[in-house]
Amino acid sequence: MEEQPTSPHLQIYRPQLTSILSISHRLAGLFLGTSGLLAFTFWIASLALGPGAYAYSVALFTSPLIQPILFMWTVAFYYHFSNGIRHLLWDLGWGFQLTTAYRTGYLAITNALLLSGLTWAYIIFWN
Amino acid sequence: MAEFTLPKNSKLTKGSEYDNSNGSKNSKTFFIYRWNPDDGNQPRIDKFTIDLDECGPMVLDAIIYIKNEIDSSLTFRRSCREGICGSCAMNIDGTNTLACTKSIKSMRKDVKIYPLPHMKVKKDLVPDMNKFYEQYASIKPWLNSDTEAPLNKERLQSKEDREKLDGLYECILCACCSTSCPSYWWNGDKYLGPAALMQSYRWIADSRDDATDERLDELNDSFKLYRCHTIMNCAKTCPKGLNPAKAISEIKKLIVTKDT
Repeated sequence: MEEQPTSPHLQIYRPQLTSILSISHRLAGLFLGTSGLLAFTFWIASLALGPGAYAYSVALFTSPLIQPILFMWTVAFYYHFSNGIRHLLWDLGWGFQLTTAYRTGYLAITNALLLSGLTWAYIIFWN
Repeated sequence: MAEFTLPKNSKLTKGSEYDNSNGSKNSKTFFIYRWNPDDGNQPRIDKFTIDLDECGPMVLDAIIYIKNEIDSSLTFRRSCREGICGSCAMNIDGTNTLACTKSIKSMRKDVKIYPLPHMKVKKDLVPDMNKFYEQYASIKPWLNSDTEAPLNKERLQSKEDREKLDGLYECILCACCSTSCPSYWWNGDKYLGPAALMQSYRWIADSRDDATDERLDELNDSFKLYRCHTIMNCAKTCPKGLNPAKAISEIKKLIVTKDT
């Protein structure tokens, strides 16, 4: 007799808000903890190294090549933050009803996009 | 360790096509996962087109029709045909549910049917449930009381205490929730999964049960309980409308507050 196959899982399971938000939360955290932290360290180090180095890092961060990454960093941060609050509420035992979980899920997405939009509107127009 | 792709022997291949619709306007196409332990072939997806006027309204009616009229070797579990036995749990149209309570008309497109996800397959739509049942047994799903059973009468419970079991006792152990959980997919050998955990909470919440502390100590384990990351696929997919995620959260809360 053949060895029993494993039935398909990730390949066939319908993507839905529950699982998509969960994996996005992890990916956002990973993104912030790696590239975000690296960029932050780079910026702090350039600050410590004096005006020349700092001017270089400012030029780098304001370059059109890096700005989209900074924007993604902002979205990731606000999403991880909003959805983190959602997780804290769950840990308190609140928000498990499916309708509530969906509502807070959409709220976390809206919140992340809204705050990112506001932040970048500020950066672009009030600068 | 989590394996996101299917092992070599589990990769899907194209199967046979059967058209039994006789040109009917009311036809529907079903893509069904097949694997036969005896022929040495890879799993395949067979395509069946049938006339819905010839069969009943539910997905279970359709696969029984296919078994009776087209391919008698199609293998699946079924019993009560009314959503109480849990035998016909399978992945239909991307989510886990009971074939007997899933209406064909509720799905607009072609219907894809797979066995419950990330399980060892015995044949076609029949998954190996042994590990799932072992996990259920491990939570000691029976009343554990310090007092002797009263003679000739039941152990009584107040109305309020009885109500605490609502939303828990209705579970039919169909395994839709556990096999919808990505955490269970990656760590199903050590993580108990939503079904077993909710049943554990069913006894923890029971006023007649005196083993709450032992039950909580047993569950207080980074794998058995804490692989639950509140993804909520379990509550989303439960064909009985129950909420295992909520029950797991109650267990976590009890463990946190127990020793303070």
